Amino acid sequence: MINQLIFALCFISAIVLFAKNARQIYKNIKLGRALNRTDRPKERLKTMLLVAFGQKKMFKKPVPAILHLFVYTGFCIINIEMIEIVIDGLFGTHRFLSFLGDFYAFLISSFEWLAFAVLLGCVVFLIRRNVLHLKRLNSPELKNWPKTDANLILITEILLMTAFLLMNAADQKLQLYGNSHYIVAGSFPISQYLMSLLPSDVSSLILIERTSWWFHILGVLAFLNYLPYSKHLHILLAFPNTYFSNLDPKGKLTNMENVTNEVKAMLDPTFTPPPTDQPIRFGAKDVQDLTWKNLLDAYTCTECGRCTAACPANITGKLLSPRKIMMDTRDRVDEVGKNIQTNGTYVDDGKSLLDSYITREELWACTSCNACVEQCPVNINPLEIIVELRRFSVMEESQAPASINAMFGNVENNGAPWKYSQMDRANWTSQQ
Amino acid sequence: MENELHVPTMAELMAKGETADILFWVGCAGSFDERAQKITRDICRILQHVGIKYAILGTEESCTGDPAKRSGNEFLFQMQAMMNIQVLDGYEVKKIVTACPHCFNTLKNEYPALGGNYELIHHTQLIQSLIDEGKLKPADGHAFQGKKITYHDPCYLGRANEVYEAPRKVLESLDAQLIELKRCKSNGLCCGAGGGQMFKEPEKGTKDINIERIEEVINSQATIVAAACPFCMTMLKDGVKIKEKEQEIEVLDIAEITVRANNI
Repeated sequence: MINQLIFALCFISAIVLFAKNARQIYKNIKLGRALNRTDRPKERLKTMLLVAFGQKKMFKKPVPAILHLFVYTGFCIINIEMIEIVIDGLFGTHRFLSFLGDFYAFLISSFEWLAFAVLLGCVVFLIRRNVLHLKRLNSPELKNWPKTDANLILITEILLMTAFLLMNAADQKLQLYGNSHYIVAGSFPISQYLMSLLPSDVSSLILIERTSWWFHILGVLAFLNYLPYSKHLHILLAFPNTYFSNLDPKGKLTNMENVTNEVKAMLDPTFTPPPTDQPIRFGAKDVQDLTWKNLLDAYTCTECGRCTAACPANITGKLLSPRKIMMDTRDRVDEVGKNIQTNGTYVDDGKSLLDSYITREELWACTSCNACVEQCPVNINPLEIIVELRRFSVMEESQAPASINAMFGNVENNGAPWKYSQMDRANWTSQQ
Repeated sequence: MENELHVPTMAELMAKGETADILFWVGCAGSFDERAQKITRDICRILQHVGIKYAILGTEESCTGDPAKRSGNEFLFQMQAMMNIQVLDGYEVKKIVTACPHCFNTLKNEYPALGGNYELIHHTQLIQSLIDEGKLKPADGHAFQGKKITYHDPCYLGRANEVYEAPRKVLESLDAQLIELKRCKSNGLCCGAGGGQMFKEPEKGTKDINIERIEEVINSQATIVAAACPFCMTMLKDGVKIKEKEQEIEVLDIAEITVRANNI
């Protein structure tokens, strides 16, 4: 009984704590500007099923895609096993679902295979990160916490899966001994090989089985609460993020409505722009000037760096890294969220996304080629953020590189980015 | 070779009480850049050869505003866009062909929300449809037989608008050896000129983007690299020059290849 109480307490507090953190992230995302992404629901659902559920874009790189698929399916399916763990924990039963008979045996054996696949995937991932030092996984923006975060996740998953297999091995042995509590159920294609490693006396076996069981469930609950602080949050946010994807052609940038009104008024003096409730900033200086989707993107980013690996500016040694753009945005929105939480309302902290996090040099290295957008396995768009920051620096601050300003001047005065007279525009027709 | 080019303008046609079936949007590079002007003229030759009734805006054309928009100057972009829309609508333009993927993208995707609705095709798409209709067919013993040709995807045609097949169709119609670069189609590598980079020095780095790209072209062992964008043309040509490969590698636009192969 006492075990059940402790379990219920742990379970409920884990859920409550997670809900609290999730709510804070939701509030942070809502700091962004409004944007309608609820049109074309069928197309959105299809995108989500293909990209998030079906892992479509992962397969641009087959090796990590297969390993990721192991971890992903393992995670999804082992959640079914969690149902049984929770029931057993709350009601003091053991292998509650075993009445399913052969189907139960099939389930347990597939969980074992998946747990093994997850183990294998995580070990290879650890080696890729820490031994092979893959360039994509060892960029400057991944030092300190991001590096620790990645390794923590992998090690935790390895420990959780090991505990699961160890628990099954001890259980199996107890089943063979005919212990009444440990009813004969399940099929154990992987953990059967662990049995010989375990001691033979019943009390030690029960201790191992119980410890593994508790470690596994407490580990999962702790992991759940670790998510909001980690890049691992993508396991949840990948789904809404792909659902709310940009469905327009990648080359299409938004036409800023507030600018349209001003331009219309300039070209036609009889046009009166519709009133707006508050002065809107042109472009983005800080996270509140971005859309909620940009912020959701930032929380969804798992720092895989496929964007950066494909970025022509980054490939050629420039400072720009689309991954860093996303990580900076998340760090800043977290900071702003905390600021609001502490002060009740946002109190200027003298910082902003532009300059305090993202430098001008990074911004102006972008060729807007959309390689980062194309590569992202969860449809994140770093380019939108870059363009918004450029808009702010150009329209609010008039801070563009001198040659870009010269180009603006040429377009304005000559109708071409170069200094040629518009009257000479068709001269080519008379030359051979 | 029909060297005589008379390129009609919309204003001229209107004065004669005529209209064009399609507007050829030349773009700033196509109008002023010497290398791009050659491509512009070749497109006119193709249009003339197949008998499409077309016209240009001539001095009434202005920058679409693309470089301003990608650099963050939305005001300038929208000023340009609204003025261009006035001109285009004044001539009741319905269909536009252009050789510049940047103009193509902007006119196609960003003008509609500002009131400019046109059917846009890129010149490679036009050439593709002319090949499909049998109106263009490479002449016997043309200049490209047996040559190794590769194609560089412009970001604003490829990734931005998913036009990958049309330019390849032209190359497939030749009896040449078509090879793909390591980074092609949706994984293509930028030439380094987009997003306003054409008009500024690149930021500090280990190398320029067009050099990285040209190294890939050199590794492919192609002797001709086909382009479909005036910016890519400039960047690739500069890359070839810096690598001193001008004797070995020729950079040609899809339109130029079409003109040569078809003996237009």
